[in-house]
Amino acid sequence: MNNYHLTHLQELEAESIHIIREVAAEFENPVMLYSIGKDSSVMVRLAEKAFAPGKVPFPLMHIDSKWKFREMIEFRDRYAAEHHWNLIVESNMEAFRAGVGPFTHGSKVHTDLMKTKALLDALNKYKFDAAFGGARRDEEKSRAKERIFSFRDQFQQWDPKNQRPELWDIYNARIHKGESIRVFPLSNWTELDIWQYIRIEHIPIVPLYFAKERPCVEIDGNIIMADDDRLPEKYRPLVRPRMVRFRTLGCWPLTGAVESTATTIEEIVKEMMVTTKSERTTRVIDFDQEASMEQKKREGYF
Amino acid sequence: MAIPSSCLHNTYHTMNKQTDIRAYLDADEQKDLLRLLTAGSVDDGKSTLIGRLLFDSKKLYDDQLAALERDSKRVGNAGDSIDYALLLDGLKAEREEGITIDVAYRYFSTNRRKFIIADTPGHEQYTRNMITGGSTADLAIILIDARKGVITQTRRHTYLVALLGIKHIVLAVNKMDLVDFGKKVFDDIVTDYRMLTERLGIGDVTCFPLSARNGDNVVERSSRMPWYDGPALLDFLETVPVHTDRNFTDLRFPVQYVLRPDLNFRGFCGKVASGVVSQGDEVVALPSMKHTHVKSIVTYDGTLHEAFPPQSVTITLQDEIDISRGDMIVHPDSIPHIGRHFTTMLVWMDEQPMDTSKKFFLKHNTNTTRSTIIAVRSKVDVNDPTDSPFHVAGSTDVRTQQATTDTDVSPFTLNEIGQVDILTAKTLFFDAYADNRQTGAFILIDPITNNTSAVGMILAPLDESTLENDATPTLDLPALGITPDHYAAIDAAVRDLERQGLEIEVIKAHD
Repeated sequence: MNNYHLTHLQELEAESIHIIREVAAEFENPVMLYSIGKDSSVMVRLAEKAFAPGKVPFPLMHIDSKWKFREMIEFRDRYAAEHHWNLIVESNMEAFRAGVGPFTHGSKVHTDLMKTKALLDALNKYKFDAAFGGARRDEEKSRAKERIFSFRDQFQQWDPKNQRPELWDIYNARIHKGESIRVFPLSNWTELDIWQYIRIEHIPIVPLYFAKERPCVEIDGNIIMADDDRLPEKYRPLVRPRMVRFRTLGCWPLTGAVESTATTIEEIVKEMMVTTKSERTTRVIDFDQEASMEQKKREGYF
Repeated sequence: MAIPSSCLHNTYHTMNKQTDIRAYLDADEQKDLLRLLTAGSVDDGKSTLIGRLLFDSKKLYDDQLAALERDSKRVGNAGDSIDYALLLDGLKAEREEGITIDVAYRYFSTNRRKFIIADTPGHEQYTRNMITGGSTADLAIILIDARKGVITQTRRHTYLVALLGIKHIVLAVNKMDLVDFGKKVFDDIVTDYRMLTERLGIGDVTCFPLSARNGDNVVERSSRMPWYDGPALLDFLETVPVHTDRNFTDLRFPVQYVLRPDLNFRGFCGKVASGVVSQGDEVVALPSMKHTHVKSIVTYDGTLHEAFPPQSVTITLQDEIDISRGDMIVHPDSIPHIGRHFTTMLVWMDEQPMDTSKKFFLKHNTNTTRSTIIAVRSKVDVNDPTDSPFHVAGSTDVRTQQATTDTDVSPFTLNEIGQVDILTAKTLFFDAYADNRQTGAFILIDPITNNTSAVGMILAPLDESTLENDATPTLDLPALGITPDHYAAIDAAVRDLERQGLEIEVIKAHD
């Protein structure tokens, strides 16, 4: 026996840093996709770790659906400025000007245009050949099978039946012009690992993760926070203050809150351990068609 | 002795409600990680076993269970009961076919350890997925149906586990309920199996009589097999020591990325592949063979006195020597093989059959180079393997080399495995896979499709003196009078040519 022994978090951290450096070395024009969520916050910290004491050699990109919580946008801008990130923000302005939104067009059309199309357009605009995403394999069934280096054809599509074999820590980064790779450095992290890491590394996260009294209304069984004045008239009289927090963050009309009093990470983890619902149940988009996440992934949404 | 194993969720329920959550998290933080592979035939109950481990450790949430019950009734193969297999068959197309066709990763945690399970399919045409899932595994669970015993697929899976260099095997003899929990059935299978593993040179094998469907000996010891006096499967998985399996002797630090934030800092980033490196150590940079000392080991969280596998660190050196990605830092008393010619086990993973006239890209650690398969020595019958995968067929001696490679073995097709000789354009720094899993492994990438066509486990270096010189063309920039301000443009042109299949070695003036 010897003392050369890592804890699971140290081992996951080392694996992620290795993946991030490999992308920086092998690709000409990588980008880190930033959702402002807790997983993104961990991924961003891992990138900072990978190149310390130097600067991270690629930009952050946020696809702004124009329906994000205001606190997310504030957090994003402050974090990027304080940590000297080159931040790119892109939106589907055409659809935005046409008035596309979840209340008027439904979650599917909104997600297709404001998230998937906006992302694909942005990737094409900057000709990124690799894009980091913060997805984890334990989140959802179709993600459990995805490679760490996930090949996308020239239309950014994923073919789950035709994935490249991926062995050891040797990643195949070879692509033709126009093709790209999505890279998932957090593939092997679980939800609890993420919280643990945020706790021990003191990583800043959006305050929406912590419980607070917020103006909420129940829509189709989800607790929706009225984040701005685009809440349709019919719901406005029903808005009540409720003590809630968010387990995941996305577009405010599509992200359900949970009732909670947890104001620290320890309390969040405590709630997590007695909870009986997995974290994606608060995401409206996962349920709008059967096997819907797999379908969205094939189309290019992560 | 041991408290019945349980995971996070039911731990919390049985825990004194006053227990400080902080204490729980502090304990959780100290857990280590076990990566395991499961392999079995379609009907061995492999998915049921994994589903059971997840279920009994309460990793399943209510909504996942509700979805599972709904799916079980619709497309399940377990009548009205819950079909745990559906949990693991993630993709829609596969669910309809009723078989898992790729590798799926599962995560669960107990009081003592975190686990990553690579679940891989058992049928013949998907050997490549098992190889993919198993490459990082510390331990493999091989499932056997107690009614069938050791069958062809068992031999194949066991051979692949041996080939991957997985040090620990668990033989799970499942469906014991269908053989009346008979001791003799179990003992006979174990005897059979040990004959196989001895032949393949696998040391650590532990055997368990199970019924995954009913939970016997999975998480708790079963009262229905009083003759079995070993631990339950999960208890064993939680305690088997694996971190000592790594090579801590031979320092191999493949340089991954050169960090140069300002003129005062020049660091070499990488993951320690093996061995231990300490501040002040005398080291040698390959291929230049220049000696220097380690000045510091830098991380975001401060400097370290020493670094060990699999840490990702940044090393700075006492002297300014020219080192770039693909080079390797080692200790002077443990130099790896340095060369372009070696014999290796190769697993063919591509629908397109092997073409020995192709110049494959070979990626080994952080090095990528052109390579050719110059001889096909032998093919393995994985259904009836007779030898350890690391037994070298033929000789590595230069005098007999020609004679042993001059055979009629046909090129490999998908899922075929055998021994070949490879010649690379660039010099590599490598070890035998049996000695060092990190520096003995490589992948071959098709130069046209960019698919990962094959993966290799190096057996031994070969003599280079008899080979015709087919070294890559070189552009000696200083000799041509080209100054460093043109290097970026030349690099771009060389990279373009490389994409078209032309490898050029560029020599630059050292800055």
